[in-house]
Amino acid sequence: MTKNVNLKSVAKGGLLDRRFFLKKGFVFSVAAMASDKLLAEAKKYRQPWMEKPGDSFSNYGQPSVFEKEAIRWTMANKAAAGNGVSWTPLQNLEGTLTPNGLHFERHHNGVPQIDPKIHQLFIHGEVKKSLVFDMDSLLRYPMVSRQCFIECGGNSNAGWRDEPIQTAVGYFHGMVSCSEWTGIPLKILLNEANITPRGKWVIVEGGDASIMNVSIPLEKIMDDCFLAIYQNGERIRPENGYPLRLIAPGWEGVVNVKWLRRLHLSNRPAMSRNETSKYTELLPSGKARQFTFVMEAKSLITNPSYGHQLDKTGFYQISGLAWSGRGKIVKVEVSVDGGKNWGETELQKPVLSKSFTRFRIPWHWTGEKALLKSRAIDETGCVQPEREKLIAERGKNGYFHYNAIVSWKISNKGEISHVYA
Amino acid sequence: MSMREFIFFFCFCVSCNLLAVENQPNLGRDASKGVIKQWNLDIFSDGKGLPSGQGTAHKGKKVYERYCLSCHGVDGSGDSADELAGAMHSLTDNPPDKTIGTYWPYATTIFDFTRRSMPLDAPGILNNNQLYAVTAYLLYLNGIIKRDKVIDSSSLPKVKMPNRKGFINIYQQEKEND
Ligand code: HEC
Repeated sequence: MTKNVNLKSVAKGGLLDRRFFLKKGFVFSVAAMASDKLLAEAKKYRQPWMEKPGDSFSNYGQPSVFEKEAIRWTMANKAAAGNGVSWTPLQNLEGTLTPNGLHFERHHNGVPQIDPKIHQLFIHGEVKKSLVFDMDSLLRYPMVSRQCFIECGGNSNAGWRDEPIQTAVGYFHGMVSCSEWTGIPLKILLNEANITPRGKWVIVEGGDASIMNVSIPLEKIMDDCFLAIYQNGERIRPENGYPLRLIAPGWEGVVNVKWLRRLHLSNRPAMSRNETSKYTELLPSGKARQFTFVMEAKSLITNPSYGHQLDKTGFYQISGLAWSGRGKIVKVEVSVDGGKNWGETELQKPVLSKSFTRFRIPWHWTGEKALLKSRAIDETGCVQPEREKLIAERGKNGYFHYNAIVSWKISNKGEISHVYA
Repeated sequence: MSMREFIFFFCFCVSCNLLAVENQPNLGRDASKGVIKQWNLDIFSDGKGLPSGQGTAHKGKKVYERYCLSCHGVDGSGDSADELAGAMHSLTDNPPDKTIGTYWPYATTIFDFTRRSMPLDAPGILNNNQLYAVTAYLLYLNGIIKRDKVIDSSSLPKVKMPNRKGFINIYQQEKEND
């Protein structure tokens, strides 16, 4: 480490100016970490893989064989292999886009292999003209692309437990992912069907073995919902809804219906199982919150986080993700002393509405105990709450929509654990 | 119409047509009433969408034991899948006990969800009479109806669910506060 850099702290505990690296062009010192093996290799002019021709071409690229840890963890019902979830390994990823093979999943009865030549989409109910579309026709419609997150309403639900769960950040908060989705604005199709004045809700149905349905207010559908056909440039993967998925930016995952096959215009919601029995939040009063579509402002530090180990004192880059279903993230603050002092982080640009926002801030760790937190604020002024405040408002038995501040405790040995603080 | 007028008129029409195509692709086919009736599984809380047929809890017990018990347990007590009946405590206890009897606001949802999704290992296997019967059985297990009460498209929406008034419409509340 060069001695003459000015370690200008922005908050107590060693948080540095968020633009520190950019200003100074500071580079991590790797020499100290180099093992004997690395030193020996460095003396060679060719490493082993440079002494023979490499692998040939592949039809579909795969991650490096050295990246075996960056996978989805899966958890299925013991009596039904296709009923369960898989999590995005947030702790292994950087940037804002989730690779397609790592997008989280929630399936009720397995992944259907839908033949696009047979798949059809119906629009009916409170419309003057009932319509049915095949995939070839839909592919000719005008499309838009939009980067947005999808978060399961049940994401982070371990946060309601009395004891803080000790697991990697992805297996606690990884039922959220972010992609660039491309497809047809729904209002184009609905205008062709010509909605009657009675149409106020759209009941949306997926074409898997569960054929589940859910009701969405027409206002939202006409505002920014679209029919996605592509995810991060390629056709949507079967586990994410191939060949058609409804995207409702910023709203809970359950309304982003996969394998979309029917849109039923109606004057009221259907009161289906997934808007009554589930995806409603029981309050201490015994009443439950219903139609709580929006995923509220949230952030978490992905690096360092549980499972990482700080080996040496000195510089680290704190990095994490923030998002809000109400719009853009305007600010993310980080504290390393449990919330007494906060430093403003650098937001990776462009900051997009209802999308992942990557935040970063450099930190000088002195080897003392630390308590890391991040706090997101969105453009509507919503501030991510402390856990205590969230529980005071909602109790502990709501299950869905947990968005409290996440705290990582760092011991003086550099071990990281999840705490409520 | 002179030739010039005709050409003008012709061009005008062609360009109109082009414009219309550009703004509205109009590539959907008309969906016939018959096909929609077949595809439309939605059932509303007032009973709209319920098919013909009927059943009682008495008959439903057999359906339950054959098609549901392996995952939902004896008398709906829960196993690899959700508890459906037999709540031991209330919604304000910690932890609360959420079952069809303590939590579900509408009886029609039981029929709708079972027809769509259950049994998980053989969805679509039950006919309408079996669906009404197993719905009746779940209502009976939750102490909501009697064992011989006939459940059909007119009686099911009239079943009074204990937690009918247990929900707050947050979407509407936010809109009103806007
Ligand atoms: C192979 C296992 C299996 C069988 C058999 C089965 N279920 Fe289910 N059931 C499930 C699972 C798993 C779920 C949760 C589904 C999900 O993830 O959404 C469920 C959910 C339900 C629910 C919703 C529970 C809630 O609280 O929201 C009802 C009602 C239900 N089943 C009824 C039935 C009935 C009636 C039958 C028999 C006709 C049946 N099930 C047979 C596995 C099964």
